[in-house]
Amino acid sequence: MASAHIAGVGMTEFGEYPERTGRDLFGEAGGTAIEDAGIDREEIDALYVGNFMGELSENQGHMGPLMAKAVGIDAPATRIESACASGGMAVRQAVKDVRNGEADVVLVGGVERMHNMGTTGATGGLSVAADDLWEIRQGITFPGAYALMAQRYFAVHGGDREDLAHVAVKNHANAANNPLAQYQTEISVEKVLDAPPVALPMGLFDSSPITDGAAATVLVSEAYAEEHGLETPVAITGTGQGTDNLALAERESMVRTPATEDAGRRAYEDAGISKDDVDFLEVHDCFTIAEVLAIEGLGFYEEGEGITAAREGETTADGELPVNLSGGLKAKGHPVGATGVAQISEMTKLFRGDHVNSDAVEDAEVGLTHNAGGTVASAVVHVLEVAE
Amino acid sequence: MSDDEITNDGYDQALDAIENGEPYALECPDGHQSMPPRQVCPECGSDDLEEVEIPTSGELLSYNVTYVPTPDFSDDVPFVLGVAEFDDVRLTGRVQADAEDVEVGSAVEVGLGESETTGRPLVTFDLA
Repeated sequence: MASAHIAGVGMTEFGEYPERTGRDLFGEAGGTAIEDAGIDREEIDALYVGNFMGELSENQGHMGPLMAKAVGIDAPATRIESACASGGMAVRQAVKDVRNGEADVVLVGGVERMHNMGTTGATGGLSVAADDLWEIRQGITFPGAYALMAQRYFAVHGGDREDLAHVAVKNHANAANNPLAQYQTEISVEKVLDAPPVALPMGLFDSSPITDGAAATVLVSEAYAEEHGLETPVAITGTGQGTDNLALAERESMVRTPATEDAGRRAYEDAGISKDDVDFLEVHDCFTIAEVLAIEGLGFYEEGEGITAAREGETTADGELPVNLSGGLKAKGHPVGATGVAQISEMTKLFRGDHVNSDAVEDAEVGLTHNAGGTVASAVVHVLEVAE
Repeated sequence: MSDDEITNDGYDQALDAIENGEPYALECPDGHQSMPPRQVCPECGSDDLEEVEIPTSGELLSYNVTYVPTPDFSDDVPFVLGVAEFDDVRLTGRVQADAEDVEVGSAVEVGLGESETTGRPLVTFDLA
């Protein structure tokens, strides 16, 4: 199967920009990616935009055409929505277009405006990724849903809040010198444990922040890259997607994520690799427990054993399997529709050597991005490899 | 039209049944149970679904203590939210107890309550 080569990436700073509109953020990220790729805008054959709650946050649907003009292109443009996996799903569509020959150059991005909704408003906006009848009407929030998963995990497998705190500490340490990250500060286990409660056992520092931001990448076919002399040191060589019951309570288990398992298995098969080939990961750590479930779902840890990975130093920057060297959603920030694209952008820079944490993966050849929607009712995984 | 005037066929009747102490699920010939509304069994796709009684008492599988709510629950916090199992179906609902009195595995009775913020009905669990 042909690979989709990454010609350029771009990201706005992630953070609190309540005055910036989605089109403004996307225009910047898309422009950066196009400039990084060194291509002419007219060369772009298609645009995919990941966004989750534009209708709620800024009264804006139908973002395909809007964002095409925000970056100054005429190409067919489509918005993709799969809650917090919207960005990753948009990447998946772009990869398919390049692979099936429909397009030689695709711009794919994601954007989310959240701060202007306020904390309660954003909590409400995010909640619509749950089941309206049997979850939202009962008062569920996303911190609350992941808190249910964490509490169940503790009951079934053991572990405690202190184990999870190490996930947050690790990801903040990774973001500390990342100039695009929302939190460029290290934190301590004590700070995580003493933070205000959001939905116990999830506290403020177990939770990814409310984030405004956008990310984009330019994908090209191998033939196009060769023909135009583009440098494409990284390629997306595998993609996989999984789906599960929307409502957490309807899952067979509250401590397993079959959508991640399916997406991972399909992405490995697609790229022709196994998990043992993977050097580092960017996973969907919207809450500390989510990173634990992700590394288990992707097969790197047995069920019930991932919770000690950060505490034991196995997933830290100097560990055997670095996870979320960008700072993750937890510290880099989580502008939900942009997150899956930001993972690609950050991982590409990590491979290329122009990321602050590139030294941690100097000889790496294979990386994995994992982007989840809701309580992992949706999951999408991409395999990134150093191009031959 | 306000949200409260919109009916949700299947869901509203299921809540009424919970309030009357006769909760039910939908069951297919293979015995898969799920909560309505359903056109087909989510497990096997069968459209041969019938209402079957489920017990009013169940087991709490997990809970949280919610402090940061959605706008529809802004006056309700903090509250305990749980997932409980009743035979083969599980429900999410408000645990009517202080957090310190709740634990995974607690026996609960299902009932109907309402949001203190909006007055809308919601599923409740009383510690048995």
